[in-house]
Amino acid sequence: MTKSNLTRRGLIKTGAAASAGLAMPTLFTGNVWAAAHSGYRNAPTNGTVTLGFNVPQSGPYADEGADELRAYELAVEHLNGGGDGGMMNTFSSSALTGAGILGNKVQFVTGDTQTKSDAARASAKSMIEKDGAVMITGGSSSGVAIAVQGMCQEAGVIFMAGLTHSNDTTGKDKKANGFRHFFNAYMSAAALAPVLKKLYGTDRTAYHLTADYSWGWTQEESIAAATEAMGWKTAEKVRTPLATTDFSSYIAPVLNSGADVLVLNHYGGNMVNSLTNAVQFGLRDKQVNGKNFEIVVPLYSRLMAKGAGANVKGIFGSTNWHWSLTDAGSKAFVKSFGTKYGFPPSQAAHTVYCQTLLYADACQRAGTHNPCAVAEALEGFKFDGLGNGPTEYRAEDHQCFKDVLVVKGKENPENEFDLLEIVEVTPRAQVEYAPDHPMFAGGELGKCNPGA
Amino acid sequence: MLGLNKKDTMFLLIVIALTMATPFLMQPFSEGSALAQFNGGYPDLMAKVAIFGIFAIGFNILFGLTGYLSFGHAAFLGVGSYSAVWMFKILSLNVFPAIILAVIMAGLFSLVIGYISLRRSGIYFSILTLAMAEMSFRLAYSVFTPLTNGETGLQVRPSDVQLLDGPNAPEYPNIFGLLISDSYKWEVAGHVFTFNVGFYFCAVIAIIAFYISLRIFRSPFGMMLRAVKSNQNRMSYTGLNPRPYTLAAFVISGMYAGLAGGLLAVMDPLAGAERMQWTASGEVVIMTILGGAGTLLGPVLGAGAIKYLENIFSKINETVLHDWFAFLPDSIEDVVVFILSRFTGHGWALTLGLMFMLVVTFLPGGLVEGGKRFFGMFKRKPKEPDDAEHHPETPPHVAE
Repeated sequence: MTKSNLTRRGLIKTGAAASAGLAMPTLFTGNVWAAAHSGYRNAPTNGTVTLGFNVPQSGPYADEGADELRAYELAVEHLNGGGDGGMMNTFSSSALTGAGILGNKVQFVTGDTQTKSDAARASAKSMIEKDGAVMITGGSSSGVAIAVQGMCQEAGVIFMAGLTHSNDTTGKDKKANGFRHFFNAYMSAAALAPVLKKLYGTDRTAYHLTADYSWGWTQEESIAAATEAMGWKTAEKVRTPLATTDFSSYIAPVLNSGADVLVLNHYGGNMVNSLTNAVQFGLRDKQVNGKNFEIVVPLYSRLMAKGAGANVKGIFGSTNWHWSLTDAGSKAFVKSFGTKYGFPPSQAAHTVYCQTLLYADACQRAGTHNPCAVAEALEGFKFDGLGNGPTEYRAEDHQCFKDVLVVKGKENPENEFDLLEIVEVTPRAQVEYAPDHPMFAGGELGKCNPGA
Repeated sequence: MLGLNKKDTMFLLIVIALTMATPFLMQPFSEGSALAQFNGGYPDLMAKVAIFGIFAIGFNILFGLTGYLSFGHAAFLGVGSYSAVWMFKILSLNVFPAIILAVIMAGLFSLVIGYISLRRSGIYFSILTLAMAEMSFRLAYSVFTPLTNGETGLQVRPSDVQLLDGPNAPEYPNIFGLLISDSYKWEVAGHVFTFNVGFYFCAVIAIIAFYISLRIFRSPFGMMLRAVKSNQNRMSYTGLNPRPYTLAAFVISGMYAGLAGGLLAVMDPLAGAERMQWTASGEVVIMTILGGAGTLLGPVLGAGAIKYLENIFSKINETVLHDWFAFLPDSIEDVVVFILSRFTGHGWALTLGLMFMLVVTFLPGGLVEGGKRFFGMFKRKPKEPDDAEHHPETPPHVAE
């Protein structure tokens, strides 16, 4: 064993020198260095490009997350030339060839958002910093989508939002690097209101139960504004925490409020539980003010209908897409998803599949993965063949505009997937709004950030 | 040096060297190799280790020295984060106002909670702090929505005023213009080392926090806190009132938590209510005990171990496992993957639980004791004293 001659003075000297040496590289800011390589963050290397799929794998939206992940895997398979190509064959843009994106093989990493803003940002961050993801997509909650969108803007990668329905995502929290294919709360309300008027008349009093976060707030605001415009009154607006699983204590007061319509601004597991509680309390068999008591669920999905079982029969709501649509795009998607997994896709699966294809297509058309060029390729992009009819990515707020479906819980389902029936396809013109509409005002896109 | 004796100076220098070399230590495997999966040397994780290290160091001042087990420290972490983000929104995206306010607010908050909770000791104290923290979480989650933005979390928006920032000021958190997110990548021999401004900022603060805690451990004040732990009644009978000491320790550890919360917001300018939840309070308790309560370095080791498990182990999903065990026959592969996948990916907490159980059972002094025993094996045994019974055992050096 060698005996080193440690002195205090010597230690301080070497310690100081070592720490100065180690701290040295931080003096050069990374921008210059990274930019010298590619001009943007996480450029593909070795012929592969990495996408980050950030979906809830636990928590109240775990079902949606699992379905999103299936759709992502399918999309990656199709992009790399596997499977039957799905909607790539019906997509109006023919830039994609099945040879990956720009010749790079597509691979992916996944993260769990846990439907918590903190956890979602941390997992997105690790996908960007550790795994080199050039695009982040997914999520099944607007709170998460807004948080992750903000993070992607700072980090300089593209964010293709998954299932997020809050007005804020492309309203006051919109970001230059963020894009949303899904519809939003305003569109739901605009599509649903005329149908409700026809069904339930203009003399109604609504009671709102609302999930207490960004989406719930804007959904409540939108639907209340739309129904009040046609003469309905609003009895009460009650906020329920997202983590609530038993809504009995929220349902009981509805009985004595004098309201004759219950609006459930809930999604996923929340809606399954609150609707079940409401039915158990006998709300649907009640008569108030001489009218049948009604329940409305502004945002509907098949997964929720499945969770709530027979309770959804005859209940109205809106949805972004449904597998029973008969256009070529929807049929192609349902076919390839069904072949791979044995059951039809949900609207969450559809929207994230579209987002992945739209991103890949934009890269292909732009000729690069640089977020600024990709954003430019997506802005104002008009396309068709992805299951929603003619659709446009509006340049002003990065929101897709397309037709909205009003659906109803089917009275006599033929099988376990046949739970919703389409009542009306509301045309795009009826749900469109100006970018500076008061419900969306207060934000700005800012400049696109390539991260280098 | 700096009021420390020779042994402590050495100790501090070793800690400084380890902290500064973190980008190397946490990135031991070359890119593209099979083990690259286990690399943890990316900015977010390194900074988290430093930040939660600070959090645990502070917690240890209360728990390790006075023995008061607080189950509500996440509340101070949250208060720190919210204050920091508000500073970003109102004053400036420079990190210093944010961190200063975070520490002050957490200090005030812990003064109030500590004043109430410290009327009781033992299990009642723990329950009181737990209740207070859960209350704060509920308030932040829904009641104070205008202040905290509820579930969505408080974020910085381009429309925020930022009174002190000029028109050309950076749009993201910075240290006098140097962006927190900037990093330099050093590629050498297949390895990629990332040196990030934010990490080094957190690291420097962590070292200062560590130094302060070292001084507290060695001070007469620290001795008083230990007296509280060993026998509070005897202390009272001696004519000393323990309450001011415990309250001071509580506030100091609360300020450490606020500092950690502020730094979390610096690294990622968003404050969510979840970081105030009781699970987050429990996490710091586990960190401290896993690493070694009452030791100086233990809590930092515990924080590092847990954050590493959380971020790296949780990434080993079934697909990765199938890749690893592809050489096995299919039927055996499926069984192996099925069993292992319970402990990785989403099951990472199960691994943590097992590790925690083993440490508590076999190494009551935590990882620090494990390390000491390990190195003890290579040391020459000191000669047995002639009359072992009549020599008092030398108390162990607290730094070890």
